[in-house]
Amino acid sequence: MTTPAIGDLLRELTPQVLGALVRRHGQFEGCEDAVQEAVLAATVQWPAEGVPDNPRGWLTTVASRRLVDQMRSDHARRERESAATIANVVPEGVPDTDDTLVLLFLCCHPALTAASQTALTLRAVGGLTTAEIARAFLVPEATMAARISRAKQRIKAAGSSFSLPGGTEREERLRVVLHVLYLIFNEGYTASAGSELHRADLAHEAIRLTRMVHAQLPRDGEVTGLLALMLLTHARREARTTAAGDLVPLDEQDRMKWDRALIDEGMELARASLAGPALGPYQLQAAISATHADAATAEETNWPQVHALYLILERIAPNPMVTLNRAIALAETKGPQAGLALLAALDNDERMTGHHRLLSVRAHLLEKTGDTAGAYDHYRRAAKATASIAERRYLETRASRIRSQIPPQSQH
Amino acid sequence: MQFLISLHINPAVLDALTDEEKAAIGEGHARFIQAVKDSGELLTTQALVDPSQAAVVTVRNGQPAVTDGPFLEAKEYLGGFYLIDCEGKERAVELAAQIPDAAIQGLGVEVRQVMFADGQLEA
Repeated sequence: MTTPAIGDLLRELTPQVLGALVRRHGQFEGCEDAVQEAVLAATVQWPAEGVPDNPRGWLTTVASRRLVDQMRSDHARRERESAATIANVVPEGVPDTDDTLVLLFLCCHPALTAASQTALTLRAVGGLTTAEIARAFLVPEATMAARISRAKQRIKAAGSSFSLPGGTEREERLRVVLHVLYLIFNEGYTASAGSELHRADLAHEAIRLTRMVHAQLPRDGEVTGLLALMLLTHARREARTTAAGDLVPLDEQDRMKWDRALIDEGMELARASLAGPALGPYQLQAAISATHADAATAEETNWPQVHALYLILERIAPNPMVTLNRAIALAETKGPQAGLALLAALDNDERMTGHHRLLSVRAHLLEKTGDTAGAYDHYRRAAKATASIAERRYLETRASRIRSQIPPQSQH
Repeated sequence: MQFLISLHINPAVLDALTDEEKAAIGEGHARFIQAVKDSGELLTTQALVDPSQAAVVTVRNGQPAVTDGPFLEAKEYLGGFYLIDCEGKERAVELAAQIPDAAIQGLGVEVRQVMFADGQLEA
């Protein structure tokens, strides 16, 4: 087995082994450390000595031994329980239950910050090492290690049980899980800061984890919707930037570069997600993304449908960003003035004050009305407001492109 | 999101502090460093030597020249910084408020988001 294949296998087995261990011994914190150590041992041994016949059993045994060692030293220090208890820790068999969902619910505990939820999810469920997670988020390993350790302490303090919550709590907690997966995907798709627009590994990881959740809850519309949204977005990654790393907006993308296989799968999932009785934000966003994917050229986009979907989204999940996107769709169906009129409604929303997206959308719409001076001014302000270098370069290019068209009397 | 919290010091203001006040600033920074280390938010922090030790480098017609600094004729100088990684600007501001300098008239604490980073951060 090749080293990358071993990596894939380890990432797949990590939540299963961890789940089995926590189910038997409780104490998520200690088990998580033990499993991480077992995975690190496997990373060294398996490529050299070959993958064992029962890799899951191997990992469980090694992790259990680590846990025993850890408990033994704790016991020695505290002189608490007897040696007989320790002897019971070594596993007899490996249970078949898949605890991935339970683990995800635990890692996405509401007591944690989003940064801690994502880090812990990637380590405990995604099977990534602390070093890999640190690299993906561009922070030192020591910083990430402290974050993960703090997250585990919080979970311990919250006194969570290792079981799926029931009823409405389960629904609420699932929303948090989906949000964390969405954040991981987004971090991979658009780096929130820095020059790299793609951090593909995180996007892949988010898709892999969402596939795992979807396999467990195939009939949940929002899970299906989120997976569809990720696939449809990921399908456009090659077309989204030029070779030089410059941003290409949706209407200028070479649609031949879109990944057909991902789009087909995403469209199928988007359709399936809409078949259910309830309608959630991910399903709607997937439907919007599917509408774009369905158009062979930007001109053929079914904008009335996009607008209608944003209108529903705005109703079920009001958010200024949704209104902003609806303004773009409205401008395509009713003209740029209609779009600008809708944007005016966002001016009093303090969440949007000086926001680069509001400035850049207004710039685009002003450009369409022929107000080149106003568009120039807004492109420049948007370029100053963004924290992404790729976006800043794009906005500055748009600004300099229309500068020459500004009538002399309005130049300053 | 990563933020630079820069500390703008005024040597005259610092000189005027009592020994107890100076010690309290040192302890405040030590407490802050421990807290952001434990929370997994600290990337790095550095303090700079006195601005009187700065060298200003210019190149004119390809010829480098070095003069005694500092470059800016000002009362306040960059004294050091914290590079942090946190949830968002709100949290960065909350952290900045915990830095002892923020409570002292004449010292400046400024928060700005990082836009580009490269090089090793492994400590």
